[in-house]
Formats: sequence, structure tokens, C-alpha cells
Amino acid sequence: MLDAGPKPFVQIESLKRYFDVSPPWLVRTLEGRPRQIVQAVDGIDIEIAKGETFSLVGESGCGKSTVARLVVGLYPPTAGSIAFDGNDMAERRSGAEMAALRRRMQMIFQDPYASLNPRWRVFDIIAEPIRAFGLARDRTDLQKRVDDLLRQVRLTPADGAKYPHEFSGGQRQRISIARALASEPEFLVCDEPTSALDVSVQAQILNLMVDLQRRLRLTYLFISHNLAVVYHISTRVGVMYLGRLVEVAPTDTLFRRPKHPYTRMLLDTIPDLDMSGRQRAPVAGEVPSPINPPSGCTFHPRCPFANERCKVERPQALPIEGGTVACHAIEEGRLAVEERSYAAAGGSRA
Amino acid sequence: MATDSATKSTSAGWLHRVADSDIWWSFKSSPMTIVAAIATIFIIVVAFLSPVLAPHTPFDPATLSLSDGLKPPVLVSQDGDWTFPLGTDDQGRDVLSSIMYGTRLSLEVGFFSVIVAMLIGISLGLVSGYLGGTVDAVIMRIADVQLTFPAILVALLIDGVVRGIISVQRHDEIALFVIVGAIGLSFWVQYARTVRGSVMVEKNKEYVQAARVIGLSPVLIMVRHVLPNVTGPVLVIATINLGLAIITEATLSFLGVGLPSTEPSLGTLIRLGNEVLQSGDWWITVFPGITLAVLVLAVNLLGDWLRDALNPKLR
Amino acid sequence: MPTPSNNPPLLEVKHLRVEFPTRHGTLLAVDDVSFDIAPGEVLGVVGESGAGKSLTGNAIIGLLEPPGRIAAGEIRLEGRRIDNLPYEEMRKVRGARIGAIFQDPLTSLNPLYSIGRQLVETIQTHLSLSTAEARKRALDLLKEVGIPGAENRIGHYPHQFSGGMRQRVVIALALCAGPRLIVADEPTTALDVSIQAQIIALLKRLCREHGTAVMLVTHDMGVIAETADRVAVMYAGRIAEIGPVRDVVKHARHPYTKGLMGSIPSLGVRHDKLTQIDGAMPRLTEIPPGCAFNPRCDFRGQRCLNERPELMLAGASRAACWLHDRGGVGAPVSKETVDA
Repeated sequence: MLDAGPKPFVQIESLKRYFDVSPPWLVRTLEGRPRQIVQAVDGIDIEIAKGETFSLVGESGCGKSTVARLVVGLYPPTAGSIAFDGNDMAERRSGAEMAALRRRMQMIFQDPYASLNPRWRVFDIIAEPIRAFGLARDRTDLQKRVDDLLRQVRLTPADGAKYPHEFSGGQRQRISIARALASEPEFLVCDEPTSALDVSVQAQILNLMVDLQRRLRLTYLFISHNLAVVYHISTRVGVMYLGRLVEVAPTDTLFRRPKHPYTRMLLDTIPDLDMSGRQRAPVAGEVPSPINPPSGCTFHPRCPFANERCKVERPQALPIEGGTVACHAIEEGRLAVEERSYAAAGGSRA
Repeated sequence: MATDSATKSTSAGWLHRVADSDIWWSFKSSPMTIVAAIATIFIIVVAFLSPVLAPHTPFDPATLSLSDGLKPPVLVSQDGDWTFPLGTDDQGRDVLSSIMYGTRLSLEVGFFSVIVAMLIGISLGLVSGYLGGTVDAVIMRIADVQLTFPAILVALLIDGVVRGIISVQRHDEIALFVIVGAIGLSFWVQYARTVRGSVMVEKNKEYVQAARVIGLSPVLIMVRHVLPNVTGPVLVIATINLGLAIITEATLSFLGVGLPSTEPSLGTLIRLGNEVLQSGDWWITVFPGITLAVLVLAVNLLGDWLRDALNPKLR
Repeated sequence: MPTPSNNPPLLEVKHLRVEFPTRHGTLLAVDDVSFDIAPGEVLGVVGESGAGKSLTGNAIIGLLEPPGRIAAGEIRLEGRRIDNLPYEEMRKVRGARIGAIFQDPLTSLNPLYSIGRQLVETIQTHLSLSTAEARKRALDLLKEVGIPGAENRIGHYPHQFSGGMRQRVVIALALCAGPRLIVADEPTTALDVSIQAQIIALLKRLCREHGTAVMLVTHDMGVIAETADRVAVMYAGRIAEIGPVRDVVKHARHPYTKGLMGSIPSLGVRHDKLTQIDGAMPRLTEIPPGCAFNPRCDFRGQRCLNERPELMLAGASRAACWLHDRGGVGAPVSKETVDA
């Protein structure tokens, strides 16, 4: 996939995570119902280079949030591996080694109201990772670190004495970011960090995140369903559908020359705020339930280009133009890749 | 630096925050609650200051004299003697003082048994809710089984077992602890279930996940993060349970299996007075009875108010 | 496109004020809002959380939750006042003349009754049709909104439909009594992006075919740009700008609208930084005197601190901003809130 060179910073291989949502044993035996497994993540391969922002985009049920939680260690994978800076996360390690690795990756969550403990003061919330990893020499050092972090996210040291409910959604998200930065991580997994925020607040948070990335040389795994945000912030993008990656490409390539039919459909749903009168082909059908995914290529029921092979055989990820795509139609050359353009570069809206 | 106009200003000091809060306002606007609170505080203060306030020491045999026995209350009696304002019992013990000491015992049993129930219930509820799986199933089944028995029966059972094991005399000495333990063990289930429900909700919130990402142990997360957030409903149950615990103790003492007559609680006093009720000496039973009723009513009213005040939907 | 000058307006909102008495004092959630909707037109009402757009919609449908109440102003539907109607009268208006679509399709439908029954019940409440006729109308509507296999599914329960399908049923329910106006409050926010596009297209088409006007309340500017004829931008309970959608989106006249449009990431050009408006919308208890936006405005002047601007002509739209007044903003005053 990538050229031979140093190992990627984060390497995810054939990652799978299945959830057993079967009815309880008694019910199953009495009613003769089968086991039900949700294949939330069904074989994902991602490589993230140091310093880049890799975005994972898709609709609900596609598994992107599960991937985020797998990478950060909240769930164990059912199969596959996650390697961080060359270290396989599944390897048995001593507590100290594990802590040293955990320190270097942190997570920012979607819901600004549930991601901070309502009973803790902001100071303690931000200080917790510092204390847990033993990064401060003494109380004064701790205070200084927390104050610095608060300033970095454009809050004030005085805000440390307050409780989360005294802050707005955008400010809480800043506190979450400060907490994530407290352990001096190199890699941040961001699970829809701006989806619950108003548009103008989202702009502030995105600007802040880009700025922090530049200054602290962070690597981001950015989960979102908002394609415009993804366009703005990413280096490379992966599109997920029902637990599988259908396409991975550098941002400009993905948006200008989308290959997979689902990617094209997704791009068509982006509203036309530049009022260019861009024609949008309405998308057919709905995302099927992940409990009973379609056979073969899971997208085939909604795909205008599906043939018999698509119904039976799961497509493999093919390298193409700096990324990959998993589509039989592309592979067989049935589907031509067209160039898309968006509104004229000169017309600014502001 | 963001001087954000949307930030609420920090109030100076804890007291200021309480005075400004919704809870205080709802308290002030409910006269019945204020009366109930005053009554409760009054009773508690008097009961705990009984060694100082009580005119007599009814349980020191040296101060008793049988000639004082069965004197009626001052307002009904012939001689208007205020030495024993509420009368005396057959042993010459002053009813008013007995009530004071008795109330203190009733309150002690009530408080401590609620605390025991809370400790057991909260711990089991936390563990059950957070760990889930088999642990949860086992604890909840035990809870279900226990719920099929009325609390009094459970308390009777525990008390009976203890009596069977140790001598009567020794039992009288530790009766207080036995009763507290018995009542506590019969009430823990409510706390456990409520806490378990809250824990299961909080467990999935992102701040708990954030703590897991840092790598904290489950015990730390349970105690430091989850516990402070699930104690709200517990407070309400505790206040209402207090009344129930006091009544349960009174019932047990009335049945003769609670606190003994050497250390009588209100329930014991009622029992003792009950024995001479037939002969028309009503004051020995009625005054402790009234005290008990007023105390439990006031505590229950406070509990009702607290439940409504803490219910975010009603605010 | 219907223009207000040709036809008498379908809906007229004049100087609407919505208040919430609380123990801290009275909160003014909607402050002197006026606008019209022409027959068949789609008016978008856009704003961020707390701007008062949902409350405006609720006030029009008559579903303001107490203690919130309409403190002043008038709402007229086809010339007739509806803001002061008794409950029974309003109930007849709601459904027959105004339809409503809310955000969460799960709670908009009664889970205990089949969708057919809910449709038939609504139809018969407002139109005098026999059960058979009502059922036929329900079936036709279900087909119109694109429920596949409508004959079979009419007897199904809400939980048997997916989110997008449920929202289609809700739209059918809103349209079934033939209302002249539909108030839609965030109809697509809870749906996946691909379904959003479908539902928006459906709503547009149906309303055009039936000649129904729509008041579309949302925080999503993209939805507005695609659907609305005119748009009103709300801020802190007031209208900051109102005009044809093309003008407001591409040539915003109010500094807030400009900032808002600039903060939305767009395809086409990749800017390094999104335009950001420093600070946040003030809480209802902390609305500054003069222009509500002034602490965050780059162009503010002395006048903005003291005098509250009314909506005034600004190009093809109207904006509540002294920049568009001949008197100007007065001496410039530097901004209060600055996020570095």
C-alpha cells in the first residue's frame, strides 16, 4: 500500500470486532432462535503516518466508532492486530510498559455533556492523566501543567476551579481536549468531536485542533459523518460501510475522483452551500441492519453497478492512485472514474 | 484569552451556592416541609441532649421509688405536681424522661441501620452494575430471594438466630448492634438495585470511558468516578427508609425481640405501657406512641420533599 | 417563486414575544420577531441552539410548553388570528390547516397503534370521510411518500420501520388532512446523511405538488440552501437577517450571518482556518443591550452598544444591523471577546 519505508506510526491489520447480541440462552433454546452476531468491524486495514490526520467517514452502523474504541483499547479485537509505533498492542506486557504505551495515545469523545465527570472540578479532570502517569514532580508542577493546558485550549487557569456544568458545549469540548493532551500524547483518536456542537463553535474547535496539531506535532484519527469537515481537516480519508472499508484515498483524490459507488453517493449528499445549482442524484435505499448484512459486497442492494459477482463475492481492497478501493466494478473496468469539481475557487462566501 | 460571556460566574463560597440553589428555594416555598424539618430537628436535638435535658434518670434504679408509680400526667392529675409532667409507669419511672432516652435509642437504631443498609447496598450495587455478567446475576438473585421475605421477618430471623447462639444476658448487652445489623440486612436490597441501575447508565458515559483509556483499575473508576454520580437517589431512599427503620425497630421491640426494657426504645416503652393499658393507665403507652408517630411522619415528609426537590423533571 | 407582494400572506407573525417566567425573573426567549410566509413558499428559519427558532415554531403550532407563553404579538393564518384561540379551536386548526413534523420520528408516532390507524384517525378527525375513503387516502399518501409495498405495510407498527421510513410516515401524517402550512422542526437532523437528502427532496416535491407552504426550522444551513425560498437567520431570540436564500447564503449582510457562513467548511477551496466568530451566543439571562451580537462583532460602533437595530433594507434582504443605516454605527468600538 504505502511505499516501502519506515513502519507507519499506527498500523491496523485485518481488524475485526464482532458483538454477540443473541437472545439469552434460555430464550434461544425454548424458541429455537439462532445466535445473532453483529459484525461491527469486519476486516479493516489502515496505516497512519506520523503527523497526518486520517479520517474515517461513514453513516451510522458502519463501525467507525467501534474502530475508534478498538484502537484506543476500550474493546479487545475479535481478530486482527493494532500496532502503535511498531508495538503490537495485543502483546502481553508488564503494567509499566502498557502504561507507557497508553500514555502516548488518548481519545476525545463526541458528547461534551457526558465526557466530563459532573462531580469533579475541571482542575481534577485535567490533572487525572497527569497523576495517573506520574508526570508531575510535585503539586506546584501539577498546577503549572494544568494551567498551561487550560491556556492552550483558550481557557483560563481560573476555570480550573469550576464544575463542568458551568461551561457551554464548546468549552467542555476544549476541556476534553485539554484532558487528552495532559499525558503529552502523540496520537489522538477523535470520535466525532464536533458533531454535537453548533456550527460556529465547531469552527472554533476545528481551528484549535488544527493549530494544536501543528504546534505539538500530533497525529489524528478523526471519526466523522460530516464530509465537509473531513474535507477541511484530513490528509487521508477512509470510507466505511457496514464494517468494511470501501475506499481509502488522499483527501483531494477522494473528493475529486471518488471511485467506489458508495463514496460517490456520499459525496452527492453534501449540501450545495455555494448555490452552484450542482445536481444531486438522490440516493436509493437505506443502510441495512448490521445483524443481517447482504452477502458478497454488502453495498450491492443499493449499487447501480452491481452484477452477479457482487452478490456473491466480497471484493478485495485494490491499490489505486495512492489509496485502495474495494469494488468489482472498478476492478473489472466497468466503472469509469470521473473528475468532480466544486464551486469556483474564487467565490468566497464570507 | 477567552473571556466568554456565556460562562456562569462562580459564586463565592459554598453557603452562597446553597442559598442560591433551586433546592433551598423549593424548601422555603413548602410550609409543610419547613414544619416537618423543624419538628424533626427539635426531636433530634432533645433526644440527643437527653442526659442534660431530662428531668429524671429513669433507668438508674437508685433514683426510682415505687411510691411514685403510676402517677397520671400533670394536666389530668389531681395534685398538679409538675415533677412528672407526663406521669410515671408502674416502676416509678418518669414517662417524659423515658421518652427522651427512648427516642434517642430509636433514632440511633434508625440511623445506624440505614447506614449499614446503605453500605451493603451501595457496595453490592456498584459491583453488580459495573462488573455485570455472572457477578451481577448472582447478587441480583440473592436480592430477589431476599425481597420475597418481608423485612420484619428477615429481621426476626436474624435476631432469633443470634439469640439462639448467645446467652440472654450477653444478648441484652449487644442488643443494639444485633438490631441495627438485622434491620440493615433487611433493607439493603433497595439501595443495591437503585445504585445498580444508575451505575449501568453511568458506566456507558464517555467520562468513564475516558478513565478507562487512561488505564485506571475498575475499582478506582467505580469509587472515584461512578460512585459520586449515583448517590443522588440513594439519599432520597435513605431519608424515607429512616422512618421505616424506626418503625421496624419499634415493631420488633413491641414484639419483645428488639431492645430490652433495660434500654428501652420508643417501641419497648409502648410495649411496657401496653401491659398496663387495661387498667386505665393510658399515658404510659400513648405518649411514646404519639412521639413515634410524629417523628416518623416528620421524617417521611422530609423524604417526600427531598425526592421531589431532587427530581430534575419537576424543577 | 411566490413573492410576498403578489399574494396575501398565508402566515403573518407580528412582533411575537415568547416568555418564560422563572424564579430568577422572566426570560425572553423570542423577542419581537416578525415575518410572513406566502402561500406555497418554503421559509427556512435557521439559527444555533438557544436562538429561539424552535420556540417560534412551537408558538405558531400552539404547542408552547407551559410556563412558556406568548407574551405579546400576533400570529395570523390566512388573516385569522390563531395565537389567542382556546385549546379546542386550536386543535382543529392544528392538523387541518397547520401540519407539524418534528425531529424524532420515534416519538412522533404512537408505538401502540399501526400507522394505518394513526393516519385514518387523523384524516377522520379533520375531514368528513368514511373509514373506507379515509383508508384509501392514507394508502395514497403512503405511496406518495415512497413507502414500498404500502398495501402490506399500512397495518405495520412504527417500530417495524427504519428511521427514514418512519419520517416518511410522519410526513404523510402531517399532510393527510391537507394543511396549508407545515412547520417542520429539524426534520432530518436525526437521520443519516444519505437519508437526509432523500427526505428533503421528498418534502420539497410534495409541498410543491400540494401547494403547501413550509416553515423549516433547522440549524443546518445546507438543508436550507437546498430547500428554502427565503431564509430568516435568528440570533438570541431575534431575527438578524431575512431574505431570499441565495442572497443570504452568498451575500450575507449581517456580520453574524457572514461569520456563520464562513465557519461552515465547504468543498471547493481548502482554507487553512475556518472563519470563526469568537465567543458564544449569550444566554437568555445575559443578552447585552443594543444589538445582541455586538460583543462578538468586528464592525461594532458606539450606536451598536446602545440602540437595538430593527430589520432594515440591505440589498435584496433585510438585516438588523446599523451598518446598513445611513447613520452608520457611530464611533468604532473594539470587540470584547477575542479567542486568540
